[in-house]
Amino acid sequence: MPEPTLVIRGGDVVGPAGLTRADVAVAGEAILAVAESIEAPRGVRVLDAAGCLVGPGLVDLHTHLRQPGREEAETIETGARAAALGGYTAIVAMPNTEPAIDAAGVAAEVLALGVGCTAEVAVAGAITVGRAGHALAPLAELAALGITLFTDDGAGVQDGALMRRALDYAKGLGVTLAQHCEDNCLAAGGAMHEGSWSSRLGIAGIPAAAEEAMVARDIALSRLTGAPVHFLHMSTAGSVDLIRRAKEEGLPVTAEAAPHHMLLTHALVADYDPVFKVNPPLRTDEDVAAVIAGLCDGTINAVATDHAPHAPEAKDVPFDQAPPGMLGLQTAFPIAWEVLSPHLGPERVFALLSTQPAVIAKLTATDPRGAGHSAHGGLVEAGATANLCVFDPGATTVVDPAGLASRSRNTPYAGRTFTGAVRHTVLRGEAVVIDGAAQR
Amino acid sequence: MTGTQHLLSVADLGPEGIGEVLHVAEAFAEVERRSMPKVPTLRGKVVATLFFEESTRTRLSFETAAKRLSADVLSLAVASSSVKKGESLRDTVETVEAMGIDAIIIRHSSAGAPHQVARWVERAHVVNAGDGWHEHPTQALLDCFTVRQVLAERKGAAPDELGISCFEDLRVLIVGDVRHSRVARSEVLAYTALGAHVTLAAPGSLLPPSLEGWPVEVATDLDAALADADVVSLLRLQAERGSGSFVPSLREYTAGWGLTARRAERLAEHTIVTHPGPMVRGVEIASDVADLPRTVVTQQVANGIAVRMAILFLLLGGELQGLAEVPAVA
Repeated sequence: MPEPTLVIRGGDVVGPAGLTRADVAVAGEAILAVAESIEAPRGVRVLDAAGCLVGPGLVDLHTHLRQPGREEAETIETGARAAALGGYTAIVAMPNTEPAIDAAGVAAEVLALGVGCTAEVAVAGAITVGRAGHALAPLAELAALGITLFTDDGAGVQDGALMRRALDYAKGLGVTLAQHCEDNCLAAGGAMHEGSWSSRLGIAGIPAAAEEAMVARDIALSRLTGAPVHFLHMSTAGSVDLIRRAKEEGLPVTAEAAPHHMLLTHALVADYDPVFKVNPPLRTDEDVAAVIAGLCDGTINAVATDHAPHAPEAKDVPFDQAPPGMLGLQTAFPIAWEVLSPHLGPERVFALLSTQPAVIAKLTATDPRGAGHSAHGGLVEAGATANLCVFDPGATTVVDPAGLASRSRNTPYAGRTFTGAVRHTVLRGEAVVIDGAAQR
Repeated sequence: MTGTQHLLSVADLGPEGIGEVLHVAEAFAEVERRSMPKVPTLRGKVVATLFFEESTRTRLSFETAAKRLSADVLSLAVASSSVKKGESLRDTVETVEAMGIDAIIIRHSSAGAPHQVARWVERAHVVNAGDGWHEHPTQALLDCFTVRQVLAERKGAAPDELGISCFEDLRVLIVGDVRHSRVARSEVLAYTALGAHVTLAAPGSLLPPSLEGWPVEVATDLDAALADADVVSLLRLQAERGSGSFVPSLREYTAGWGLTARRAERLAEHTIVTHPGPMVRGVEIASDVADLPRTVVTQQVANGIAVRMAILFLLLGGELQGLAEVPAVA
């Protein structure tokens, strides 16, 4: 039996038998043993996990890394560091870079830049060339690099016939198309949720119907084509309801929601601070409650950050001119914990942030294609890849924008305190975060 | 409003603050009637107007007000400024403030821009001269000032004697493109703060998407609402903001929602008609109606100067006591 190279001591392990107090021994990239008491040989690093949950490393389906093109806002390296600090071992880079990830060359570059970072970087490819919504991107060439998710995120595919064609084409590739649901005609010019606050503030609004119209359309297209559709960042009660009914019908649809849509509302825009501008926009209390209910009853499969860094100068402009988006990687788990743990046990919270997103992104098994990736989202047991997140529910996370690992500072949670904190992150057996500090 | 640093929204004032502005504006209206309508109140102060959007009357009105208070006035012509070279609003504002400006009067097409500017400045006072569809506080204040003036004149009293109680239960009808109107939002706040009943009348496409939290009623029958109104505030159909496509045609808009000569005949004798200007005769108001004595558009423009003098005076901390004795500047 090989010697352990790392021991995680005294945590509550999210394993096949439920939650168990145990030590976890890691050897190389794999979990060697999970047992009540494991001796650490001299010189082997021991991570204290007393009072902590030891679960699978988190998987983010929705990360904007801005490289190539907007390196002043984020790079793959800084984004991956923020991810590790947030407990993530794998993140899916969105394709709305400049240029967009709509060709194998750009995808390969991003995958190569992700190698050796503190979280594994998978890539979502664009559905259409330049994300312009006119012609299909080379889905098969991108799929050959191991890309399993495609989206024009930042925009929805407006042309229903083109989306239908993409779904028909994608079926044979075994990949999933993911939609940013926003009808551009209904949303045109909008900068926040259309409702009581937009009316008072004199800001053009994005009605809930702009999202729901496309959710409804793509549910119909999933029914028509039989192809799976993943619905990105669901933000309205109506969307959650549509997804719930589509699932009851047995359609192959999945959905995600972002932490900010589980916590924040449009009332925060009252002072016109662009840090609260995001797309889909912050909506009403009723929408927040519906998103939480959808996460709790299984309608929404995953919590995904929609981490969207923007350089200070980009956000320091009038509200309607600012780009939408907010940081999310380093605050997602504490927020999800605070919002969901009153309703769900720890295993279910880890399922929403790790296992289920790993299934959607097909990251549950090693894949040698592209840059190659290890297995994520599995239960903590001997033989599994040691991709782990150690979370301390008894600690607190205080959000200090200046202390974030991202190159940008656009967190909407500045000064806020959340229950629970990511303590350690282990990537392929390497402790990349120890006691809340990035190790490289 | 003593001690307030900025005027961003009518909501910053409250009924007492509005009353104070109206009171001080009366004093300046008196100054305006002098042969040399200028006082040294703000001598040495520098006021900058930053208009990022077209304007004739508001800009001239603010600049005239500042000059009558003996402030120095700087006017940023956006078309020929660094803004055209790509300078951000924040850098423009910080540059202006670094020159020792005491007050920044800003108009911007983005709602909330003055609020952001107010967060960026250190000591300058910021006055909202219109931000997108959001607010135009000084317009609403001068509308209230004008209405009170007319009511006082009819009673043969001085406006100041009426205080703000003359607005109690006054029935104000705001007609037109409320959705895209910053004047409407400020008027609703001002009139309702003073105790008036406000009713909105517009086609559904020109009402705000939600009126939740607005202390207003919505008229379904314009003709009935007109007959019932003490004050009718007409809004311009903002064709340049795309409002044209919110109604089938200007003809249909005028037929349904314009103050035509036929509709004007049904107004009560005492009803006052206001319009923030610029008027589009033949669309929201018939030309004949625009020229009726009850239509107080030119008084509004004239009063704008006194009201803006009051705002600048109150924000920049001039001394009101003894104003009547202050001799005009030679």
